Amino acid sequence: MSANILEVSNLTASIGGQQVTENVTFSVPATGVTALLGRNGVGKTSSIRGILGLIHRTGSVVLDGNEIGTLHTHRIVQRGVGYVPEDREVFAKLTVAENLRLAERDREPRRELVADLFPDLVARAGQQAGTLSGGQQQMVSLARALLNSNRLLLVDEPTKGLAPKIVGEVTQALATAAEIVPMLLVEQNLQVVRRLATRAIVLAGGRVVYTGGCAELLDDADLTRRYLGVSAEHGETA
Amino acid sequence: MSTVVLLLITGLGLGALYFLVASGLSLIYGLMGVLNFAHGSFLTLGAFMGWEVARRMGDGSWFTLVVSLLVGAVVGAVFAAATEFFLIRRLYDRHIEQVLVTVGLALATVALFEGIWGTDQIYVNGPAWLDGTTKVLGANIPNNRFLLILCAVLVLVGIVLFLKYTRYGLIIRAGVENRSMVTALGIDVRRAFTLVFAIGGAAAGLGGVLASHYTGYVSPHLGGSLLIFAFIVTVIGGLGSLTGAAIASVIVAVLQQFANFYFDGTGDFVVVLLLAVVLLVRPRGLMGVKA
Amino acid sequence: MNGILNRVFSRTTRGWWIGGALVVVMAILPLLNLSIPGVFPGPTYTPGTLQLLALAMLMSGLALSYHLLFGVAGMLSFGHALFFAAGAYGLGIVLKRFELELLPALVLVLVGGLVLANVLGAISLRVTGITFAMVTLAFAQAGSVWIRRNSNITGGDEGLSLTTTHIPDALVGVLNTRNLYWLSLAVLIVVFVLVMWFEKSQAGHVALATRENELRVRVLGVRPYAVRLITFVLASTLAVVVGMAYLLLQSGVTTRAASSDFTLTILVIVVLGGVGSRWGAVIGGVVYTLLDQRLTALAASEWITGLPDVLRIPLSEPLFLLGTLFILVVLFLPGGITGSAGRIASRRNRPATALPMEELR
Repeated sequence: MSANILEVSNLTASIGGQQVTENVTFSVPATGVTALLGRNGVGKTSSIRGILGLIHRTGSVVLDGNEIGTLHTHRIVQRGVGYVPEDREVFAKLTVAENLRLAERDREPRRELVADLFPDLVARAGQQAGTLSGGQQQMVSLARALLNSNRLLLVDEPTKGLAPKIVGEVTQALATAAEIVPMLLVEQNLQVVRRLATRAIVLAGGRVVYTGGCAELLDDADLTRRYLGVSAEHGETA
Repeated sequence: MSTVVLLLITGLGLGALYFLVASGLSLIYGLMGVLNFAHGSFLTLGAFMGWEVARRMGDGSWFTLVVSLLVGAVVGAVFAAATEFFLIRRLYDRHIEQVLVTVGLALATVALFEGIWGTDQIYVNGPAWLDGTTKVLGANIPNNRFLLILCAVLVLVGIVLFLKYTRYGLIIRAGVENRSMVTALGIDVRRAFTLVFAIGGAAAGLGGVLASHYTGYVSPHLGGSLLIFAFIVTVIGGLGSLTGAAIASVIVAVLQQFANFYFDGTGDFVVVLLLAVVLLVRPRGLMGVKA
Repeated sequence: MNGILNRVFSRTTRGWWIGGALVVVMAILPLLNLSIPGVFPGPTYTPGTLQLLALAMLMSGLALSYHLLFGVAGMLSFGHALFFAAGAYGLGIVLKRFELELLPALVLVLVGGLVLANVLGAISLRVTGITFAMVTLAFAQAGSVWIRRNSNITGGDEGLSLTTTHIPDALVGVLNTRNLYWLSLAVLIVVFVLVMWFEKSQAGHVALATRENELRVRVLGVRPYAVRLITFVLASTLAVVVGMAYLLLQSGVTTRAASSDFTLTILVIVVLGGVGSRWGAVIGGVVYTLLDQRLTALAASEWITGLPDVLRIPLSEPLFLLGTLFILVVLFLPGGITGSAGRIASRRNRPATALPMEELR
């Protein structure tokens, strides 16, 4: 059992022939939340999608000691990787219950856990997912990843476009999730990052430019401004 | 009045036939993005095999008819699944090549059918009732139309139930919306692909046997001549929408019947005109999933 | 940058030399006594062989016009045969019904074809990708139906034969097949030059860019619709021209010319030759025509008829062999004939696999 749940080495991803990350190398420890930070367009989402094999990639990705860098997406996910994508990507024409049922992989999915964390979803089980609010859809997306006993969660901008109150609820749900499974979190909202993450990896121009403690990064106004484009108090990176 | 009834019901019958072919096309495109030109060949092979079996069993009885329908459906399903597995799967995500491969398959199989069974139409016999007519509201409706409508309704209901209540049905419905997210949930969509092809092939094969009783013959070009209408119906209904295909089938077929009767055989034109109008006003079709 | 320029320059010069030599060889072929048994029905001065070669050149011309549409601009059309048929049937009908000499008739049909291309193009190009393909298929189907239905004008299922009253004697009759051969060669050269000129022109580069990345083109202030329309009209008009020559060569035209089968055949030719390559289209046209003719003859030969049914039936159907070959090429040789012969990695010659998915959605 290594100390890192995920080790990414020289991940070079490309979309339509265009390179979007270059030799990205970092590790995600087996507990806690690691934040993946950087300005817009720097390659954070592409790194996540590259790890999952959703876009073309080369390099090595080792999950809990096993190489997954050449596997098909569904095989990677079956090995215990939960994905909460940017823009939620719930299936609009399916009901909430169907969205969740589709995501169940384990023989005994953690239905009670999900019901406890997201009582609102239980109430709306028969509602078409496309008619839910942004925050509710985010809950569905998160619930999907928590139903199975995953070894790692990849969470991409979970608070994007949500009202402050909902941001709080989502953050709370993420905090609860983080107690049972390690997480790689892409997030622009630095207050959320500060609350959840212990480690930080910063990307710039498709490459890693900082790895280290999250608090240390956010406490250093110069570093924060240089890498993330804005002061930590203001909340959102450029 | 009786003319209108006749046109309506025969239109429904023709629409049923279009639906049987279009349902597969719509699902296949919706889930996989593949425009399947070989779909007509699934129909033709189903029709021929159904005829061969019926011929040997002594056509004319209802039992033979049912058996030939089943044979047609099974043959269509197997042929379609094999096509997906051996040809389409290799070209995963290369949509233009997938279309091209189905074009090649269509060309090759029609030629093969001509080689095996000859180019002429072969006359088909069925239960005597099918050749007769029944009076409905003053109109004499050929009985085979009722059989067509019944089968199409059964297929529609069957597929809808399958989509709604089975796991693969759920996967297909989700996949039509967002294929990559389905794989990101750990599901191997490729099995759903083969299944969708098989379902489409079964419907087409069944439609083939029914078409042979509707037209009275089988020929290597049976599928191809229906395919163009199935394409039009699929586009008008909305690529990927089963209910859209059903509604469009009825509209197109009924319109065709009325135009043929009242406007001196211009049914084909009217259908093409309708397609052009729909595409220009609402390119994604009546109930299209893809924008 | 210099390296690329040098490569292109030398390739073009080499291309000119080869092309020129080929034209000369083809032009003097009717005067030679070359025989390729099994491929040509007779020596190269015989009408039979010249007819076959002329047909091959026209098919190449037609393939080139489709290459412009599909290979360069990425527009998958299933209705290209409609314009070919418009040329052939148009000229046939004009010659039959009006008292015009050949040249005015040609001009009339050409103008008519241009108008038709503009109208149909303007409508069809309001949509793209698969929807565009479907619209073109529907239009072609409508045309095909119209031809079959109006048999008093078009000859219906029996086809239309050429009315020769106003055609110069030099283009009529078996003995003058040579002249028709040279006419076909001229048509092919004209089509080739026009396609090449367009590809190298500003409009051509934009068309290619539109295929690759429509957004980028828009950002540059160019309207993709306009470029596509120009490409469509040019390609379709060229098809009309080839159609007219076809009528003269074959002394008639049948309903097959307007069928979707025929457009699919053209598509097969272009893919077999290699998508995106001019020479691929030419080679594809020649190979297809020769294969088609010779396979039919082969199928009737004793060698085949002696085989057991399982082998005989598939092998005696030329379209089966063509379809199977096509499938194999698409699966294993996506670059077609010219692709497999090895190409310089320039954008124009990228194999079909590189066509963006967006194009077909």
